[in-house]
Amino acid sequence: MATQSLMRRLPPVSVVIASLVLVVMLVLVIFAPMIAPMDPRDVASYSLMDMEIPPVFMEGGDSRFLLGTDNQGRDLVSVILFGLRISVVIGLGAVVFAAVLGVVLGLVAGFFGGVVDSIVMRIADIFVSFPTILVALLISGIARAQLSAETMLAWAPLVLIFSIAINEWVQYARTVRASTMVEIARDYVRAAKVIGLPSTRIMGRHILPNIMSSVMVIATINLAGAILTEATLSFLGAGMPPTYPSLGTLIRIGNQFLFSGLWWIAVMPATVLVILVLAVNVIGDYLRDHFNPKLMAR
Amino acid sequence: MKTSIKTLLTGLALLAPLPAPAFAETLRWASSGDVISYDPNAQVDSFTQSVHHMVFDPLVRRNKDLKLEPALATSWEVVEPTRWRFKLRQGVKFHEGQPFNADDVVATIQRQIDPGARNRENLSTVVGVEKVDEYTVDLILRAPYPLLLNDLAAIYIMSKPWMEEHDALKPGNASTGVVTYASNHANGTGAFKLKAYEPDSRSVFEVNKEWWDKPQHNLDEVEFRPIASDATRVAALLSGEVDMIAPVPLQDVDRIAATDGLKVVENPSLRTIFFVFSYRPELHATPGQPNPLRDVRVRQALWQAIDTNTIQKRLMRGKSRTAGMLVAPAVTGYDEDIDVPLPYDVAKAKALLAEAGYPDGFKTGLACPNDRYIADEQICLAVASMWAQIGVQANVSVESKTTYFPRTDKGEFDIYLLGWASLPPMDGFSPLQALLATNDGTFGGSNADGLSNPEIDKLAYAASTELDETKRVEDLKQAFRITHDQVLYLPLHQQPVAWAMNSKVDMPQFPDEYVRPWFAQIKK
Amino acid sequence: MIRLLSVRLLQAILVMVAVTAIAFVMFRFVGDPVASMVREGATQAEKDAVRVALGLDKPVLAQFVKFVGQVLTGDLGTSYRYQQPVTTLLLSRLPATLELVIVATVLALSLGIPLGVLCALKPHAFFSRLTQSATLVGISMPTFVTGLLLILVFAVNLRWLPSSGRGDLVDIGFWQTGFLSLSGLKSLILPSITLALFQLTLIMRLVRSEMIDVLSSDYIRFAFARGLPRTYIYGRLALRNALMPVVTVTGLQIGQLIAFAIVTETVFQWPGMGLLFTNAVGYPDVPVLAAYLLFVGFLFVMINMIVDILYTFIDPRLRTR
Repeated sequence: MATQSLMRRLPPVSVVIASLVLVVMLVLVIFAPMIAPMDPRDVASYSLMDMEIPPVFMEGGDSRFLLGTDNQGRDLVSVILFGLRISVVIGLGAVVFAAVLGVVLGLVAGFFGGVVDSIVMRIADIFVSFPTILVALLISGIARAQLSAETMLAWAPLVLIFSIAINEWVQYARTVRASTMVEIARDYVRAAKVIGLPSTRIMGRHILPNIMSSVMVIATINLAGAILTEATLSFLGAGMPPTYPSLGTLIRIGNQFLFSGLWWIAVMPATVLVILVLAVNVIGDYLRDHFNPKLMAR
Repeated sequence: MKTSIKTLLTGLALLAPLPAPAFAETLRWASSGDVISYDPNAQVDSFTQSVHHMVFDPLVRRNKDLKLEPALATSWEVVEPTRWRFKLRQGVKFHEGQPFNADDVVATIQRQIDPGARNRENLSTVVGVEKVDEYTVDLILRAPYPLLLNDLAAIYIMSKPWMEEHDALKPGNASTGVVTYASNHANGTGAFKLKAYEPDSRSVFEVNKEWWDKPQHNLDEVEFRPIASDATRVAALLSGEVDMIAPVPLQDVDRIAATDGLKVVENPSLRTIFFVFSYRPELHATPGQPNPLRDVRVRQALWQAIDTNTIQKRLMRGKSRTAGMLVAPAVTGYDEDIDVPLPYDVAKAKALLAEAGYPDGFKTGLACPNDRYIADEQICLAVASMWAQIGVQANVSVESKTTYFPRTDKGEFDIYLLGWASLPPMDGFSPLQALLATNDGTFGGSNADGLSNPEIDKLAYAASTELDETKRVEDLKQAFRITHDQVLYLPLHQQPVAWAMNSKVDMPQFPDEYVRPWFAQIKK
Repeated sequence: MIRLLSVRLLQAILVMVAVTAIAFVMFRFVGDPVASMVREGATQAEKDAVRVALGLDKPVLAQFVKFVGQVLTGDLGTSYRYQQPVTTLLLSRLPATLELVIVATVLALSLGIPLGVLCALKPHAFFSRLTQSATLVGISMPTFVTGLLLILVFAVNLRWLPSSGRGDLVDIGFWQTGFLSLSGLKSLILPSITLALFQLTLIMRLVRSEMIDVLSSDYIRFAFARGLPRTYIYGRLALRNALMPVVTVTGLQIGQLIAFAIVTETVFQWPGMGLLFTNAVGYPDVPVLAAYLLFVGFLFVMINMIVDILYTFIDPRLRTR
C-alpha cells in the first residue's frame, strides 16, 4: 500500500526523461559559446571549402564536423547549439513577457471590475481577434521595413518576443481575472480591504500566490507553442536572419536541400526542435493533469 | 479547369464523328514566378512579359539566336531621324478572328504611351503614332533613338476592336484603380491562345492553328503552373506532375540529372551579379570618418581579395561565368578585352589597402537580398569571410527583396549586391544610363549612392541619340572601360539559368531566361 | 436580453473599428510597394509618379480617412500585384481555403472523437497510451515539417499523391470545387491531413478529459446503479455531455485554422487566401494585406460574438454578468 501511494506520487518515466532532456538542453544553451567548436556569427571562422560535408557517420564525413556542415561551410553542431539557444531565449522571453503582462492586467481587471474590467477585456478581445501567427508575421514585417538591417540584426530576438507575446497574454489575463474574481469574494480579502491594506499589497501578497499554479501551468504549455511559433515565423522568412539563425531559420535553409540528398542540413535542426518541444509538452501535460485538470485541454 | 465542359466535349466527340486530336501533346511547366496579369501595359514584371509572348506577337521579335527579326512588321525604314515607318504583315488574324491592320498598331502604341500605362517607360522615346495606310504606320520619336527596334520587341500588339468591345482601350493600373477585361483575358496573334487563367494556380494555353508563322513546335496545349517554393517545385518534377521546371535550384541539378527520364539544361544567363559601392562622404558603418571606398585602390583591393574561383566552383557549383564587366557577352557593348576580372591576390590587396592608408582594414556594411538572386545570401557571407582575410570587417545584413530594394533606392547601404540583365533592350546602354550615369532625374535611376563621373555622363548622353551603330557601340565600350579601370562597380559573375525537364521534352534555352514554348518539341 | 445583445454588438463594432485602424497602420509601415511596381532602371521621376498615383505622398491621416471611406462602401481597392479588385480576388480564393478547412475539420472530428472516447474508457490500455504519446509528438511537430515529410514520402518517393496545387476544378456557378474530380480529391489529401493534425490532437484530448469528467459525475454513477445498458450510458449520456465544449472549441478553432492555413497553403502551393496573403507580404500588395486582415478580424469577431451569445442562452448564470 505504501509503495503504491509512493509510486503514485512519483512522476511517470516519460516526465523524468523529458525533464532530463530539458536540463541537458538548458546546460548546452547556457554554455553554448564554450561548447561549440566555432562561433557561427564570426564570418571569418568558416570557409566555403568546407561546405556540405555529411555527418561523421556517413561516407565523406569529416571528424571536425560531427553532424556535418551546411551550405556555407558552417559546422552544424555549432549552428544548432546557437540556434537552440536563440529558440529557447525567444520562447522563454515571449512566455515571461506574456505572463507578466497578462497577470498584471488580469489582476487589475478582476480586482477593480467595472469600467477598468470592460476596457481591459475589450482590448483582449481585439487581440484574440487575430491568430498569433498572423499578428507575428505583420509585426516582424513592419519591424523589418522600418528598422535598418543592422539594427534589425540586434533587435530581431526582441521583435520576435514582442510579436509572439502580444497575442498570448490574453489567455493569462482571462484566467487570472476569473480566479481573482473568485478570490476577491473570499473573507480574507474582504478582511484585508476592511483593515485598509493598499490594493497593490492585497493583489501581490494575497491573491497572486493563490493563482500562481494555474499561471505556471499555462506558461509551460505556452512555451511549447511559442517555440513552435518562432520556428514557423523563421521558416516563413519572417524570423531570425540567416546570419543569426534560430532552429526555424536553419530548417528553412535546409529545406532547400531536402531533395538534393543533403538531408542533414534540414533534418538535424528539425530533430532537435521536435525533441525540445516534445519534452516541454510532456512536462506541461503532466503539470496540467496534476495541478489543474480543469484547464482547457490544449 | 472546367472538367464538366471537357467531359461534355469528350462525350460529344464519341457520339459525333469529329476528328479528335490523336496525339495531344501537352507541355506542363512550372516556374517560381506567376503571370500577374495578361494586360501587357499593367505591369513591369519581366517574367509576366515573357509568358505574354506566347499569346501576343510584337512588331519585331527575337529569333533563336536572340537577333531581331520581322514579326508583325515585315519591313521598316527611317524616314527622318525622328520618324520610323513600318510595313505590316498582311493576312494575320487575332485569336478571336479579328483581322490585324494598322488600326491595331495605332491603338496598341497609344495604349502603351498612355500616362496610365505602368510600363510606359519601355517605349519612352515614342511620342506619337500615325496610320499611313491600312498596312503602314509611322512612329514619331522625341529625339533620334538607336534602340527603337529593341524596345519594340517587348511591345505586344493587341486588337483594337476587341479592346473597344471590352472597354479596355486604356491600360489597367492599380494606382489609378482602372481594372480592365484585359487583365485576365488575352486576344493576341501569337502561337498560343489563352484558354484559362487562374492566378497563383495556373494558365492553360492551346495551340493557335491559324498562326501566321510556320510553327517550330509540336505542342497542342501548354499548361503553366506557378510554384514559388523551390522544394515543392522540384518535388512536382520528380513526381511527374510537371514536365519541366524553370528555374531549378542549383543544389538539385546533380540529383535531377542523375534521375532516369529527367535532364537538366543550363547556360550562363544575361544577369550579371555585382557589388555596388557607396560614394557618399561617409559610410553608414563609420559615421564621422571619410569613406574609404572613394579611393580606387581600396576598391581594387576589395576585388583582388575575392576568391572568384572558389565562389564559381563551390557556391555556384561550376555553373556561373566569372565576369569582369557589367554586361554579358550576348549584350551589345560587351568587349572581351574589358571583361577581365582582377586576379585573386591577397598580398596585393593588403598592399593596396596599406598604400591607401588602411593597413589594418576598415569597417563597412555589406547587404544582400536572400530571395532574389541565385545563392545571394551565401555570396555575401562568403565574400565577408574573404574580406576578413585582408582586415576589412564587413557587417553582413540579409533581408527579403521587399525591404531590400527600397533601401537600395534610398542609399541606405555601404556595399550591396545587385543583379542587372540589361533586359528588355539587351543593350549596354541600359546599365550605362541607369547605373553609371550621374543621378540627375533623367539618367542614373538606379545610381543612388553618389557615383558621378563626367566622362561617363558625356558618353551616356552621346550614346542615347547616336544613330551610327559603330560609334554608339564604341561609346558604350569606352564607358565600360572606365568602369573597369576605376572599379566603379565590382562584377562577380553571370548567374546560370538552369531548367530541368523530362527527357522527352526538347526546349531550347536562352540567356534572357525566357521560356519560349513555340520552339519546344515533345518526342512521341 | 436585448440590452445584452446590443451591448455585445456595439462592442463588436468597436473592435472592428480598432481592427480597421490597426490594419491601416500596419500596412502603412509594412514596406514600400513602389520598388516592386517600377521597371528595372526606373528614374526617380517614374518612382515619384507611382508614389503620387498611389496616394502614398499624402499625410497619413488623409490616407486613413480615404481607407475607412473605401472600406465602408465595401470597396477594398485594387490589388497592386494582380490589377484586380481585391474583393473579387479574395472571393475567388475563398473556396480553396474553405474546402481545405472543412475537410481538415471533418477529418479531425471523425478521428478525434472516437480516439478521445477510447482513451477515456480504457485509459491504461496499450492502444490508448500509444495514441496519447503519438498525439503529443503530433503537436510537437511544426506544421511545415509535417507537410514536407508528407510530400517527401507520398509525392516524391511513392508518387501516390500530388505535391502541390488543387488539381482539376469543376465550376459550379460562383464556386470552383475540387470535390468533383479525382485529381481534385487526391490533391486535397496531403494538405488537409497536415492542417488537421493539430486540431485532431486538440479534439482528442478535449474529448478524453471531458469524458473522464463526465464519467466520474454522480449522474453517470446513478445511471450505472440503475443498471442502464453500457452503450446507452456511454453513447447517449456521457458522450453527449462531453461533446458540448467540443462543439464550441471546434467553432472557435475554425478561425485559427484559416490562419494556420497560411503555412499549409505555402508549403503545398494551395491557391487559397493564405497563399494570396504570403505572396502579398512579399510584394508588398498592401490592399490585399489590409483586406485579408479585415476579413480574418471580422470572422473572429463574429465567431466570438456568436459563441458568447450562445453561451448566454445555454448558461443562464451568465446573464446577470
